[in-house]
Amino acid sequence: MIRTEIGGIVNISRRKAVRMIAVSSALFCSGFGDVLAGKPEVSDQINNVISGSQAREVDVFLDVPEIAENGNQVKVAFEIESPMSESDFVKEVYIMADGNPAPNVAKFNFTPYSGECFASTRMRLSKTQDVYLVAKFNDGTHSITQSTIKVTIGGCGG
Amino acid sequence: MSKIKPRAKIPKEAELDEVIEIKTLIRHPMHSGRVKDVDGKTIPRLIINKFAAMFNGKVVFTVNLEPSISSNPYISFPFKVKEEGTFELSWEEDGGNQYKLTKSLKVI
Repeated sequence: MIRTEIGGIVNISRRKAVRMIAVSSALFCSGFGDVLAGKPEVSDQINNVISGSQAREVDVFLDVPEIAENGNQVKVAFEIESPMSESDFVKEVYIMADGNPAPNVAKFNFTPYSGECFASTRMRLSKTQDVYLVAKFNDGTHSITQSTIKVTIGGCGG
Repeated sequence: MSKIKPRAKIPKEAELDEVIEIKTLIRHPMHSGRVKDVDGKTIPRLIINKFAAMFNGKVVFTVNLEPSISSNPYISFPFKVKEEGTFELSWEEDGGNQYKLTKSLKVI
């Protein structure tokens, strides 16, 4: 099985709970896209990405820790519900962090060859902050979710 | 300075239509351009800024990385097996250096 890393049998209830929270925040945020971001750089970036596109209601699961003891290595994983077919797939996924010196963290470009839409990496966080995920679909719609991470020791060397 | 060394964990064989997870790691300091060394001089920015995965010559997945990515960047991503072939993974550093890795995949 491929998903053991994200959540095995033991974790199913927690995972579902987190997913429900993530989905509800995605639905909440998608309706208030213009006012959701606290920091101007991040809201500018998000508005750049989603400008002129419709919000789509879809399961977006952003898996980040609630508390990161070491801001140098913070796991960030996500999973987005999508058939990943030629006609309907997730094209781009942006990860942004509003408390870092530069808000952009990474941009993932998927293709229909992916089969499913999930990925993970590790990021640096300088302080306690919100992390945003913006997904863009091939038909131009988008979906946003966010999560707050408490950081004990900052990871940007400053 | 440790040597920059890419690694990838890909199943050697997979079933048709199976979605496999590919895990990659490259040993790289990812200097963000904001850290100072012991003499107080800023270490210039030097990061891996692009990762690309090709399968049989087709681009299947890419990532644009920013300085906010940790050192020794780890990336995992999905791939749906449709045919046998070869993965070509490449990491591109600021300044154009490329690090490459190829791995083959069998269908059972």
